[in-house]
Amino acid sequence: MTDATVTTPVPAGPARFSVWRWMRSDMRAALALTYLIILVLGAVLAPFLAPYSPTDQNIMNMLADPSGEHWLGTDDLGRDTLSRLMYGAGNALYASGLAVGIAVLIGVPVGVFIGFVGGWIDEAVSRVIDAILAFPPIVLAVAITGALGIGLTNAMLAVGFAFAPYLARTMRAQTLVVKSALYVDAAVGFGASRFHLIRKHILPNAIQPVIVEVTLLLAVALLAEAGLSFLSLGVQAPEASWGGMLARAYSYIEIAPTQMYAPGFAILFTALAFNALGESIRVLLDPTVKKI
Amino acid sequence: MHGVGKMVLRRLAQLIPVMIIATFVVFALVFLMPGDPAVTLAGEFATEARINEIRALYGFDQPFWVQYGHWLWNALHFDLGRSLFSNEEVSRLISMRLPHTLLLVFYALFLGAITGIPLGILAATRQGTRLDKAITSLASLGVAVPNFWLGIILVSALALDWRLFPATGAVSIFEDPLGAIYYATLPALALSTNVTAVLTRQVRSALLEVLSSQFIRTLRAKGLRPAAVLWRHGLRNVAATMLTIAGLQFNLLFSSAVIVESVFAVPGVGSLISYSALNKDFPVVQGVALVLVVLVIFVNLLVDVLNSILDPRVAAST
Repeated sequence: MTDATVTTPVPAGPARFSVWRWMRSDMRAALALTYLIILVLGAVLAPFLAPYSPTDQNIMNMLADPSGEHWLGTDDLGRDTLSRLMYGAGNALYASGLAVGIAVLIGVPVGVFIGFVGGWIDEAVSRVIDAILAFPPIVLAVAITGALGIGLTNAMLAVGFAFAPYLARTMRAQTLVVKSALYVDAAVGFGASRFHLIRKHILPNAIQPVIVEVTLLLAVALLAEAGLSFLSLGVQAPEASWGGMLARAYSYIEIAPTQMYAPGFAILFTALAFNALGESIRVLLDPTVKKI
Repeated sequence: MHGVGKMVLRRLAQLIPVMIIATFVVFALVFLMPGDPAVTLAGEFATEARINEIRALYGFDQPFWVQYGHWLWNALHFDLGRSLFSNEEVSRLISMRLPHTLLLVFYALFLGAITGIPLGILAATRQGTRLDKAITSLASLGVAVPNFWLGIILVSALALDWRLFPATGAVSIFEDPLGAIYYATLPALALSTNVTAVLTRQVRSALLEVLSSQFIRTLRAKGLRPAAVLWRHGLRNVAATMLTIAGLQFNLLFSSAVIVESVFAVPGVGSLISYSALNKDFPVVQGVALVLVVLVIFVNLLVDVLNSILDPRVAAST
């Protein structure tokens, strides 16, 4: 597929989008995407690829250093760190996806709607958005998780709810910009319905900054999951999570100081990859912005 | 000054509905609980009498709006109820713990400012060089690193290996200010990376924008020294950006503090809310959320006011 798009001469006018060309123009994004694909594959294929079961305990071999048998060593219950890292990737990706998905599902329609109708509805909902934005996101997420009940899904629903107003605010601002554009006036002149306006004009033109924001939010959600699991408010033992692994590693830091590196780097690299991809999409969608 | 005064009044008027909605969100948290909240709150082995006691305490037997009004009225009088576990007054718990968290947050803001602002200026004035690239890469790392992991690394390296700082704990700032700052250094350092990174990026891009603007070019053409251009005209215009970021980071630092306080066993409101959420000690969870949201709202107001004093155009435009 990629070969075809590369060899086909591109006609004048808007160039067709090609992942290949995009990746070649931005090495950092290419690296990030490759990493994320490997991560997803590792998570999905963990049951086949992982050398051990993530919950298999070996009391004779606790807090072992990396070796040929256990590439990344073992934790305080003698469980293989590499296997837990792979199973933890699944939880991390599920968590980021769920939280950001909830934020999109709430934030985007609300933002478009209030931006489109304006008036007192816009004014009222905007105050609600302001109010939720005033909460430190993790504080709100911890409080909601405490109420809904502890666990990964509830924690990420809470994080998603805390993120939703950020997307709603961006979407509203974009909708206001697009709404005042000349071509929307023209469409109204031709008698376009409200639904048609939103679907054909507002959404496609207003969504671009939201796509960037969504990619960047994936990193924030990942960090939130790691933090909440570190506090045992997210993924529950004995299931594997990077944050939970760090919590255990921290308890035994004086005996096995190397155990804290693998999960930490996994979180850091994944967050870096989401951010690099987000920045690259920003440049891709709007070539006038300078790279930061 | 007239514009600023009017602007403050207008912002205060906007603030009241935001405040009411925020308190309502905090109050409504209890109703997210599955099943009868009184039964959930009372715990597994509660007697019927205890459940009724909690029902009366929260007023679950009354209509919703009456409950909210009652709760809000009490909160306005600093009565946030009592902990379901220790039976201590929530307001007392928070007032004992809040200073620890505030020290960390302001210390982290300070550390972020003294690193982020110079780095941003350095990157902007050396735009495109290797130094600029190194600084911007460092900033990317700063937003992606999990603060609590950095905290663990700091404990491992600076506290356990080199014994430079205490690994965990805190000292009251009122009893021993220097000791409190010493104890707060590692957690504040762990918290500050995000502030450093965001300030570096924003100061860099804001400064680049100012430095390429027409009036700076005029100043240069008139023969003003580059250093004078930067310090007298460039940075003055970037000040508003820095203030706005400080306001936003104030909110996010409370977020990170929830997790970082646990790493360093700091007895602040962050570790209090996570511990209480785990134990379903809801009056405490609500109390902390309420106090923090009110703090954030007022700090944002303060930032707006300062910004409009710095730049009268802001006051005119809002």
